[in-house]
Amino acid sequence: MEKETCTFSYCQMPEVVEIETDLLLIGGGMACCGAAFEAVRWANPKGLKITMVDKAATDRSGAVAMGLSAINTYCGENDPADYVKYVRNDLMGIIREDLVYDLGRHVDNSVHLFEEWGLPIWKKADDGFSLDGFQARDAGKAMLKDGGTPVRSGKWQIMINGESYKVIVAEAAKKALEINRQATGVAQNHFERVFIVKLYHDANDPKRVAAAAGFSVRENKIYIFKAKAMINAAGGAVNVFRPRSVREGQGRAWYPVWNSGSGYALGMQAGAELTMMENRFVPARFKDGYGPVGAWFLFFKAKATNSMGEDYCVTHMEETKKLYSPYAEKLGTAIRNHMMMIDMKAGKGPILMNTHTAMQELAKTMDAKRIKHLEAEAWEDFLDMCIGQAGLWACKNIEPDKEPSEIMPTEPYLLGSHAGCAGFWCSGPGDIAGAPEHYSWGYNRMSTVPGLFMAGDICGASGHKFSSGSHAEGRITAKAAIAFILDHADYKPAIKATANEIAAELYAPYEIYEKYKTFSTDPFMNPNYIRPHMLQARLQKIADEYFGGISTWYMTSKTMLEEGLKQLELLKEDAAKSAASNLHELMRCWENFHRILSVEAHARHILFREESRYPGYYYRGDFLPINDKDWKCFVNSRYDAEKNTWELKKVPYVQMFAD
Amino acid sequence: MPSYVITEKCDGCKAQDKTACQYICPNDLMVLNRDLMKAFNQEPDQCWECYNCVKICPQQAIEVRGYQDFNPLGGNVIPLRGTDSIMWTIKFRNGSLKRFKFPIRTTPEGSIDPYKGTPEPDFSKIKKPGYFNYEARTK
Repeated sequence: MEKETCTFSYCQMPEVVEIETDLLLIGGGMACCGAAFEAVRWANPKGLKITMVDKAATDRSGAVAMGLSAINTYCGENDPADYVKYVRNDLMGIIREDLVYDLGRHVDNSVHLFEEWGLPIWKKADDGFSLDGFQARDAGKAMLKDGGTPVRSGKWQIMINGESYKVIVAEAAKKALEINRQATGVAQNHFERVFIVKLYHDANDPKRVAAAAGFSVRENKIYIFKAKAMINAAGGAVNVFRPRSVREGQGRAWYPVWNSGSGYALGMQAGAELTMMENRFVPARFKDGYGPVGAWFLFFKAKATNSMGEDYCVTHMEETKKLYSPYAEKLGTAIRNHMMMIDMKAGKGPILMNTHTAMQELAKTMDAKRIKHLEAEAWEDFLDMCIGQAGLWACKNIEPDKEPSEIMPTEPYLLGSHAGCAGFWCSGPGDIAGAPEHYSWGYNRMSTVPGLFMAGDICGASGHKFSSGSHAEGRITAKAAIAFILDHADYKPAIKATANEIAAELYAPYEIYEKYKTFSTDPFMNPNYIRPHMLQARLQKIADEYFGGISTWYMTSKTMLEEGLKQLELLKEDAAKSAASNLHELMRCWENFHRILSVEAHARHILFREESRYPGYYYRGDFLPINDKDWKCFVNSRYDAEKNTWELKKVPYVQMFAD
Repeated sequence: MPSYVITEKCDGCKAQDKTACQYICPNDLMVLNRDLMKAFNQEPDQCWECYNCVKICPQQAIEVRGYQDFNPLGGNVIPLRGTDSIMWTIKFRNGSLKRFKFPIRTTPEGSIDPYKGTPEPDFSKIKKPGYFNYEARTK
C-alpha cells in the first residue's frame, strides 16, 4: 500500500507551541500528582521548572477520576518486608523486590498527607465498630500520622470516604505547580487537554529523550515540550481485548476506559526496556457492572461459591496443586480465577458472591442503627468508585442484603499498579540489602533510556501499589529525576525533527480524512482509510481470538500467537491510514496506535515465555504448567521503532526477602 | 451507563467558552451543540459512568441511564454533591428508594497549603531514601 503523508494540502497547519522546561510530567493521575508535589519542593531552591501535561482535567483524570472506597496500600503497623512477600505471592513469585520494598517504606507518608489535605478516613471506634471520616473527626479520633487506628478491610487496605480523593490530591499538585510557576516566572506550567503522542530522542545523544510532542484536543495547536528529564506516568491499557459487553456497555470497562496504553507506547517508541509485559490482570468482578469485590470479600467477609453453594477454592485445590503448586496454595488472585473458571466451564455457574449471607451474619451482632450504617457502607463501596454497579442493582431490583450477585472474570487489562505488573524495567534505589547489580543503574525508577523515568501503572514488576503507592512512587521518581537534572546541569535538549515534521506526523489522520472524505457519499464508509472505532474493533478481535481473551477462556499457544501477530502487523500498517474528522477523533486515532503497541508487546512476551505463569489470567495450551526451573525469571524486551524489530531476553530474578 | 443531557435543563453554561461537563469529562465525551446551545455525550459507548459530568453540572441537567446491553430500564442513581458531603438517591426499577449521605472532604475546598509546616529539602539526601519531609521506614 502507498504510504500517506501529510503536507497540509488538505487540512490546516496547526499553530506550534514550543515549551522548554526542566522536568516534564506526562500524565495527571496519582503518580504525576505525587511527582508534582515532591518535585516542586526540590526544584524551587534550584530554580528548576516543572511542567505537567494531562490529556484530561487533572481534578478528575487518571484511574482515580471517579473516586475510591479504599486505599489498598497502607503499611501502618505492618513491616514493609511483609508487604514484599504479599505482593510476591499474588504475582506468582516474580517481582522486583527492591522496587516493592522501596514503595512500602515510603507509601505511608502519602496517605498521611491525603488525610491532612482533607480525605476522610474511617477510624475504629472504641467499641470496635467503624466510624466514617466525619464521625471519626467528631469523636476526636487521632489522625493516622498521630497514631489513629484506621478501619482495615485487609492487612494492607484501609477504608475511606473517597468520592473526592482525586480532587483533593489534584488540588495539592496544582498548588505545588502554581508555587513553581511563580518562582520560575513562566506563563504556564500545567497543560490540560493536551495529549502526548510521541517522545523524541536527543539530536546529539540518540539514546536519551529530549522532547515530547502532542496536540490540544480543544484547539488546532501542537505542543513540543523540551525537557531535561521526563516522568512518564500515562497509564496502562484498557479495551485492548474484546470486552464482554457488546455495545454501549463497553465503556464500563473495569479499568478506566481512557487509559489507552499511552504510557507503554511512549516509552516503547523511545526504546525503553520492558519487563513482564506477559502479565495481565483479569479481575473477577460483579458481572457486567464490574463493581469492586474487595470490600465484600475482605470487609464484609462474603463468600463466593458456585450455584450449588460449593467453594471452588476448596473443591478444586487438589486438582490445581497438580499443575500450579506451590503457587496454588497461596491463593493469589490469578489462582482464584483459575478455580472459579473450572466450575464455570463445567456449567456450575453462575458464580455467586453471597452478599446476603454476609450481611445477615454481620447484622446478628448489631442494633437497628448499626445495621443501617452497615447497609450504607455496602452501597458506598460502589457509589465511591463504581456508580454504575449501584445503578445496575437498582435496575435489577437487587438488594445485597437479600440476595446474592453474580461475579465473573472480565476481559484482560494491561497495567502495573493494581494486581498486575506489566511495565518498564526501571532502576531500583540501590541501597536495599540483597539487591543484585543488574537492578540499579543510578537513578531510582529511571528506565533504560537516560532521562526517562517511569511511575505508576507502567513501572514494571512491582504491582500492588494502587492509588497511594502510585502517588508515593511518583514522589520517589520525581526526587530522583531532580537529582538527574542537577547532575546534568549543562545539558540542553535538542531534537532533529522540525516543528513542521512533527505537526505533519501528528496531524496525518486529519489530512487523510480531508483528502478522501468526499470520495464516497458517506465519509464513514470509505475504502481509503480506517476510522478509529473500527481500528479498535479489529484490535480487540485479534487480541481476543489469538492472544487469549474471553472467547477462548484466556487460552493461547505459539501457533495462535504467531498468527495473531501477523494480523496485528497488518493492523499496524493500517493505523498509518487512520482518519480523523475532528480533534476528538484525532485523539482516538493516536490512542489506538498506543493500544496496538501495548498489545504487541503483550503478545510477544507471552510467546517468549514458554509456560503458563498466570493461570486464571492466561494459559499457554502448549505449555500449561508453571515451570520454575526454566522460567522463574523476568522476561524483558526492547522495541526498535525505526526498524520495527523486537529483542527479547531472560533476566535473572533474585529473591531478596526470605519466605 | 452513558450520561445524557436533559434538553429543558441545559443552558449550555450560558455561552461560556466551554461547558462544565466539557471541562471535566475525563474521556472528552461532552460537547456543546452551538446551534442549540445544549451539551450532549458524543460517544456514549466510551462513557465510564464516572458521573463527573453529572456531579459538576450547575443546572443538574445531566443524568445517566443504564447501558442497555445489560441494564433493564427504570432504575437510576442521582448524586447531589456539596462542598463537604455527597447525597445519593437510588431509585429501583420497582419504585423503591434509598438515600445515603457520605463525607467527601474534611477541609474547605481550595484550602490546601501543600508545604505548610514541612521542612526545606536537604540536598545532601537527594540520592538517599525518603522524601523532603519524611525518612523512609526501616522496618
